[in-house]
Amino acid sequence: MSGTGVLEGTPAAAATPRRAWVEQIMGMPISIHVRGAGARSAWVEQPIQAAFADLRAADARFSTYREDSELRRLQRGEVSLAETSDDLREVERLCRTALVRSDGGFDAWACVPGRPGLFDPTGLVKGWAVARASRQLNGLGGQGLDWAINAGGDVLARCASSADGEAGGVGDRADDGGGPDGEAWQVGIEDPTDGSRLIARVPVHDGAVATSGSAARGAHILDPRTGQAATEIVQATVIGPSLLWADVWATALVALGPEAAASTRGLHGTSGLLVFADGTTHRWANAS
Amino acid sequence: MRRIVLAIAGTLSGLVLVLSYPTSLNRSTAASTALGSDGSAATQSGSSSSGSAASGTSSGDTTTTAPTTTTYSGDTVRTQFGPVQVQITVTNGSLTDAVATQYPSQDGRSMQISSYAVPTLESETVSAQSASIHLVSGATYTSRAYVQSLQSALDQAQL
Repeated sequence: MSGTGVLEGTPAAAATPRRAWVEQIMGMPISIHVRGAGARSAWVEQPIQAAFADLRAADARFSTYREDSELRRLQRGEVSLAETSDDLREVERLCRTALVRSDGGFDAWACVPGRPGLFDPTGLVKGWAVARASRQLNGLGGQGLDWAINAGGDVLARCASSADGEAGGVGDRADDGGGPDGEAWQVGIEDPTDGSRLIARVPVHDGAVATSGSAARGAHILDPRTGQAATEIVQATVIGPSLLWADVWATALVALGPEAAASTRGLHGTSGLLVFADGTTHRWANAS
Repeated sequence: MRRIVLAIAGTLSGLVLVLSYPTSLNRSTAASTALGSDGSAATQSGSSSSGSAASGTSSGDTTTTAPTTTTYSGDTVRTQFGPVQVQITVTNGSLTDAVATQYPSQDGRSMQISSYAVPTLESETVSAQSASIHLVSGATYTSRAYVQSLQSALDQAQL
């Protein structure tokens, strides 16, 4: 119980209790942040742990590193798709939808080098799993608490003020000094050339911010149509209502390369940022 | 009349949007954004290519003095898909950023306000610690890289 951590230079945050939890799941750090007058209440722990439990369950089913995962059994042909769980079949359906919607830019059957045709939904599972786990946090909004999840650089955030509130009149509601509409979560977007810096920021009241690119692991997104690493776009960030789709689009935009800037026109209800290899940027905000 | 012609590449059907921006000094800057087929955003300076941004002086043909950055907002332009508006940033005569602030919407009505804000570009010196940032979005980092990551610092600050 060291004192409340408060970010320097954040006067508004100084008045609002905040808590964060971090676990390593799916090979990446996943942190959950809660803020609001009741953030330090004991009951908050339960939905947070339930969300982490959901994420661990998804990891157990979809891990490509665990030989006993259901996905690995499917990949080895030990079970057919029809024999797999509802979850796995749902993810497979979503991958097929993503393939079509992204014009081939997101292809779960062409993302493992040297193994064309092998089904690997890893690029979609994270968004799917986080969105599902976030249902455990829905109750926080009714108690006047804002929450956010950061799963390895992809963010899903919601402010209590944007929840469909049945104006519960609960004690510590809307008393956080954040203004009538609450203070948005400020999401920084990493500079692809220097992880210690930010290239941009965007406020989010209710939505997702997903970033894909080559900053962390080298050029790791393949253009499914050529099998080669995509290099024209070093980083793509998509802000939208769904983490799953923001993540799919961010990945697809990097893969699409030369066509990405034009493709953003079709992403209704999103905004975002492309960073090209030459350092120039393209930003957009589309009506829904 | 100075023209700055920008080509943003892409392959979608060579859609060309011509945007013109008349300044208060009776000059116009026209930017045509071509969604063509080659890749990154490229800048071609049109006729005079003096590199000086439109800073309000009317000294027509003179050349650049100091590094300048200027933002231009294009007019809202009708296309077969609906209205489009683009804002660009030119630094020393080169395009450094292009923002589409308005896109065609489904029903053909122009909507100025989208569901989500356009990301705001930061100056080079901004770090997360000094920028009132709560969360950091970046290309997927592994647990090992996390030790050095920005998010690590933010998480620690709030625990």
